[in-house]
Amino acid sequence: MTRTQQLIGWIDDRFPLTKVWNEHLAEYYAPKNFNFWYFFGSLALLVLVNQLLTGIWLTMHYNPSAEGAYESVEYIMRDVPYGWLLRYMHSTGASAFFIVVYLHMFRGMIYGSYRKPRELVWLFGMVIFVLLMAEAFMGYLLPWGNMSYWGAQVIINLFSAVPVYGDELVTWIRGDFLISGATLNRFFALHVVALPIALLLMVFLHIVALHAVGSNNPDGVEIKKLKDDKGIPLDGIPFHPYYTVKDIVGVAGFLFFFCMIIFFFPDGGGFFLEPPNFTPANNLKTPEHIAPVWYFTPFYSVLRAVPDKDLGVVAMGLSLVILFFLPWLDRSPVKSIRYKGPIFKLALALFVISFFILGYLGMKAPTPGRTVMAQITTAYYFFFFFPFLPFYHKFDKTKPVPERVTD
Amino acid sequence: MSNDGVDNGRRRFLLWSTSAVGAVGAVGIAVPFVKSWSPSARAQAAGAPVEVDVSKLKPGQAIKTEWRGKPIFVIRRSAADVSNLEKIGSLLKDPESSNPAQQPTYVDKVKRSIKDDVMVVVGICTHLGCVPQQKEQVEPAIGGGFFCPCHGSKFDLAGRVLAGVPASDNLEVPPYTYLSDSVILIGVDKGAA
Ligand code: HEM
Ligand code: FES
Repeated sequence: MTRTQQLIGWIDDRFPLTKVWNEHLAEYYAPKNFNFWYFFGSLALLVLVNQLLTGIWLTMHYNPSAEGAYESVEYIMRDVPYGWLLRYMHSTGASAFFIVVYLHMFRGMIYGSYRKPRELVWLFGMVIFVLLMAEAFMGYLLPWGNMSYWGAQVIINLFSAVPVYGDELVTWIRGDFLISGATLNRFFALHVVALPIALLLMVFLHIVALHAVGSNNPDGVEIKKLKDDKGIPLDGIPFHPYYTVKDIVGVAGFLFFFCMIIFFFPDGGGFFLEPPNFTPANNLKTPEHIAPVWYFTPFYSVLRAVPDKDLGVVAMGLSLVILFFLPWLDRSPVKSIRYKGPIFKLALALFVISFFILGYLGMKAPTPGRTVMAQITTAYYFFFFFPFLPFYHKFDKTKPVPERVTD
Repeated sequence: MSNDGVDNGRRRFLLWSTSAVGAVGAVGIAVPFVKSWSPSARAQAAGAPVEVDVSKLKPGQAIKTEWRGKPIFVIRRSAADVSNLEKIGSLLKDPESSNPAQQPTYVDKVKRSIKDDVMVVVGICTHLGCVPQQKEQVEPAIGGGFFCPCHGSKFDLAGRVLAGVPASDNLEVPPYTYLSDSVILIGVDKGAA
């Protein structure tokens, strides 16, 4: 036995190292037909690590107080060696996180990955998504720019739609009668400590749940149904080394685009860092045009589409909550879009278009024409989930699903 | 393990009683965590009343000031503005100020002010809290008023919300009183100063 083997043996007697390695990597059998869409889970992990590392380093220079926050961010950008890089990696990382997660979720939608037996994988994913939104929202207040300030004002005020206790609830969240240092400090605590811990826990559960049932694949067939005499799925290949190496290709491709943005378009043309945030928070002046960062705009458009405050807030909440129910709304006999009929394909295409239009409208100032457009796309957004998803299989013609995965 | 001689009733009682005590303890320990988020004594104390001199304010002009960290608009309305307020009720969600939370009892229900010509409102949109902008014309039928850039809510020159916009309540009228003919004290109820 070599020294290394001895050491591993010593550890294995005390901790299930080899067992975990095998169960989750060397002998974790994933379908052999993963494609492009399967990069985004591991990329999400990569971005998560990027956010944690750059976030910890930013915290070393950032001053969480109403008096000092704005100035300390300028200080990071100008005086701290490589501070600008750490900040851009973090702010661009936030947008990258949402791009990756939206694509990751869309993969789930096209291949029916949310369906039995992966409902919990999806639900843990949705909790991650909500936590991520909270994390991004609270992080956006920290630079204490004017857009930070008024964005937070609008979002916190959503809670005033709660019946009876709404106004008290809003004051409680702010910790003051207006957004102030008290709000900034609690958001800081949540952003750097509480939410990251919750996120890590949920990501852990997400992957535990996935590895218990095994990955879905672009054909939507269960590879565990057909196994060889050793109990290994016929269409499975060990995650390590096959997919670890494949994922490295995804990482390289991702980093290419990521670095390009950080070095050449760090504010993403106003999409990733908004211009009004380059002036400090002013409690008496709302920016001329206020819009959330792009990843919130589809939901924000739903809010604006409804000409009533409480109903608007309810509609926006529902547009998020309804995603949790996806595993039970879709009742098609087949999982993957490859074997679904033309009606579903058309409906999904319209859904994607609506989502993009909503996202676009959410960045623009409201005009009567745009409001009507937002109302139509909002209506379609909800129509897609209900009644379309539960019933379309009655009309749509599916194709026969093969026994084994295709190449 | 044998269950002979186990007093199940006693077991159940102990299980439930310890759970109940545990639950009370859990709620108790949550109190300081939840309460610590409420505004601190220092935040409660901030917010002294502010004085505004309106003697030099001409019709159509506005003074913007700050009370409790919120913008306050003080605007002089012309006689035509005031008479218009009576006519546009059908275009508004709450023309007669029926929500008592949005103004003190001593202001007029339609003009929403103590004196007809000077109006005082909190410049915070009742939708989601942005600062509305004063406009010479928010809509042809309405005339002057306020437009909120965030989600397009509109208000008339008495801070009453228009129909068909996201906000549902009229702008808030703060407590205020006249110290003299031309000096207003904001943050103190009429007659209380
Ligand atoms: C921090 C964010 C997230 C991380 C790190 C993460 C990580 C992963 C990883 C590593 C996988 C396996 C690789 C792959 O299938 O691509 C996976 C699968 C999956 N994730 Fe996520 N995920 C995140 C967020 C989400 C969200 C927001 C959802 C949806 C609501 C979601 C739904 C799924 C589903 C349904 C699968 C199984 C896909 C299949 O087997 O076809 N995940 N996730
Ligand atoms: S905050 Fe004024 S319209 Fe929404």
